[in-house]
Amino acid sequence: MSDPPISRGFRGRKRQGAQADRVPPGQHLTDDFPVLSAGPTPEPKLASWSFALQEAGSLLGKWSWEEFGKLPQTDITVDIHCVTTWSKLDTHWRGVSIDDLLEAAGLNEPPAAFAMIHCDGGYTTNVPVEDLIGGKAMVATHYEGQPLAPEHGGPARLLVPHLYFWKSAKWARRLRFIESDEPGFWESLGYHMYGDPWREQRYSGD
Amino acid sequence: MTDNIAAAPARLRWLTAEVVELIEETPRAKSLMLSIPGWSRHRPGQHVDVRLTAEDGYQAQRSYSIASAPEADHVMLTVDRIEEGEVSPYLTRDVQVGDRFELRGPIGGYFVWTAAVGGPLFLVAGGSGIAPLMAMLRHRAAAKATMPAVLLYSSRIFEDIIYREELDALATRGDGLQVVHTLTRGHPAAWAGQTRRIDRDMLASDGIAAGERPKIFICGPTPLVESAARSLQELGHEPGLIRTERFGPTGG
Repeated sequence: MSDPPISRGFRGRKRQGAQADRVPPGQHLTDDFPVLSAGPTPEPKLASWSFALQEAGSLLGKWSWEEFGKLPQTDITVDIHCVTTWSKLDTHWRGVSIDDLLEAAGLNEPPAAFAMIHCDGGYTTNVPVEDLIGGKAMVATHYEGQPLAPEHGGPARLLVPHLYFWKSAKWARRLRFIESDEPGFWESLGYHMYGDPWREQRYSGD
Repeated sequence: MTDNIAAAPARLRWLTAEVVELIEETPRAKSLMLSIPGWSRHRPGQHVDVRLTAEDGYQAQRSYSIASAPEADHVMLTVDRIEEGEVSPYLTRDVQVGDRFELRGPIGGYFVWTAAVGGPLFLVAGGSGIAPLMAMLRHRAAAKATMPAVLLYSSRIFEDIIYREELDALATRGDGLQVVHTLTRGHPAAWAGQTRRIDRDMLASDGIAAGERPKIFICGPTPLVESAARSLQELGHEPGLIRTERFGPTGG
């Protein structure tokens, strides 16, 4: 590949020191928390809310909002990276880890190698199960000490911080285990099946 | 939310775009007309990723909506300058005709409308959120489509209205398009448009009724998009017919 054209006079905002190691290629830092969703924000309805684990046609576990709040709660501080090129460092989340959900469902190990997350509004995204367990992911209900705001995915969103943030599906309601990987919503529209920000896997074929 | 799914495109290669014309749209917004060898025709509503490379090799990437119709000779990006931004001040102040930078796309396949999808078409824009919706309106005109269409467009002041003259011209073609402007921070003396933020009453009085089942596209700053999408649902529009694109303050 030939060298990219140089934009004379473009200096950019160079990153320095420790922060530079935490920002993946092509990303820039923001202090805001931008909102990106393909459709309207669903109104949270806690009374009828539930979160389910599912495999094929069978229900492995299902929790109401009240029951979900009684599961072991985990606090984490992580960096997040959106495919639209913003990254945000040191974000604080609280929720139920996928490990704890599996345990609450009485499962010693995940029943399949892949998962599809289903959300209010019809959004889906696919994630390999090994990226969900071992403390790598949670269903988050709190952000920066507050209940997660609806526009950011409240009452509950998946949080898989080591993948691009579209994988951290908002308004998550159901985690369905599947035998082989299938594309979710954005993955069907040309976005990468896995989405590792450190390998800059933004789009299909990256 | 599952219709309109296209087959995954082939790998998106970085292409080199050359600036062939610059258009001063407003004091803050500039349109870049680009010639892009190897470009594949886009669909209205899609965006591109732009990558700038500084002399020392530093690179920065940003996403910009395409404002031109697929039928146009050149790809148009309209950039709103965010003073504290990293990329937009460069693109709106320093870039000259003949300059080149990298770009890849078209990207996205959900916030997309073509004349073949049909109408009615109900567009709601705030500020530079007009860009992808303008691609839809330009395409609608190029395709000589006549399905009813409404654009409700919120700007701060008269001078901030992007594509104002072209929108006037499109609205006078008599092809079923209505353009309604609203100015939220002051208006000229002889102003016939709306003068407040887009709200439920305005969406009801100037928009297309839910019973007509319009395809709705909303693009603008997050508060505008959140509030318009909520109001439209209250007015009976199905969530599945409402597609949104939000421009955060960090697009810079």
